[in-house]
Amino acid sequence: MVNGKRTLIIIPALNESGSIADVVGEVRGELPGVDVLVVDDGSTDRTAAVAAAAGAKVAQLPYNLGVGGAMRLGYRYARDHDYDVAIQIDADGQHDPRYVPKLVDLLDDNDLVIGARFAGEGDYNVRGPRRWAMVMLSAVLSRVARTKLTDTTSGFRAANRRVIEMFAGWYPAEYLGDTVETLVHTARRGYRIRQVPVAMRKRMAGTPSHSPAKAMVYLGRAFAVLTLALIRR
Amino acid sequence: MKLTLVTGLTGLLLLGTIVELLRRRQLREKYGMLWLAVLVIVIPLSLFPRLLDNVAGLLGVASGVSLVLFLGIVFLLLVCVHLSWEVSALEEETRTLAEDFALLRAEIAEERAARDELVSTDG
Repeated sequence: MVNGKRTLIIIPALNESGSIADVVGEVRGELPGVDVLVVDDGSTDRTAAVAAAAGAKVAQLPYNLGVGGAMRLGYRYARDHDYDVAIQIDADGQHDPRYVPKLVDLLDDNDLVIGARFAGEGDYNVRGPRRWAMVMLSAVLSRVARTKLTDTTSGFRAANRRVIEMFAGWYPAEYLGDTVETLVHTARRGYRIRQVPVAMRKRMAGTPSHSPAKAMVYLGRAFAVLTLALIRR
Repeated sequence: MKLTLVTGLTGLLLLGTIVELLRRRQLREKYGMLWLAVLVIVIPLSLFPRLLDNVAGLLGVASGVSLVLFLGIVFLLLVCVHLSWEVSALEEETRTLAEDFALLRAEIAEERAARDELVSTDG
């Protein structure tokens, strides 16, 4: 329970046996009485077993579907088990669960709340094509959603019942579909979206990609995904 | 004359392959019928390549053979697009299946845990 609402934390995880126990443990410590569902996205390591041992509920996909695929499963679980609020958190420990009550508070007047990496806080910075992509996505999606969105690819999100219901039936499995396309789709259907500034921590395990060529490809793909999302029904 | 032999034999060989695949149930009928229909058109053309010269003339194409080549490529492209479409539908179906499977497995695990807890508190 967070603020009297039955809350489910959904953590999609792919080969995160190194950090998943800490993430689950931290969430359960900070938010007692909240259920944690780890969606094991076809891991080849012991992610599912480690998560279960840490006290999470585990849904194990038979093979890798990608973040979007794992998330629809999470939202279906939330719908089937009648949760009021579903919150997605990354498995690498970047998202601080102490912000969860803040996100849930805002769900009273909004349908989807995004935890956005706060400009200037922490040492989170991006440059070059990756930054251009973020600026372009923010500008376009802010217009579509009629609210200021600075971090459209954030995987830290809280959804109320109406959005859980929608995501359980529709959630794209393709690249950037879990972030960009869901925002376009949600905003287009008249749901209210808000962002909350949160400080982002360094990931506990794994490394981010930093090659300029990859960043350029990212920009291109982001543009393609956004265009497609905007012309889709 | 030699060319007619080569094309005609190729057509018959393809016909045999399709029929055999259908006979062994390795090809769904909906696809098999399509290829049989194509071969019914192509085999006569391979034996008499001049058959379409008049139609080609009407369309401004130099010869019937070129027309067949052009239509063949268009047809193959359409088939490829159709297959991509089918694969997309299949991927969505397997995705839903994988989710259902994972949900069921989670449910079983939860029920088992609840039962074990009941047993341990009872006993």
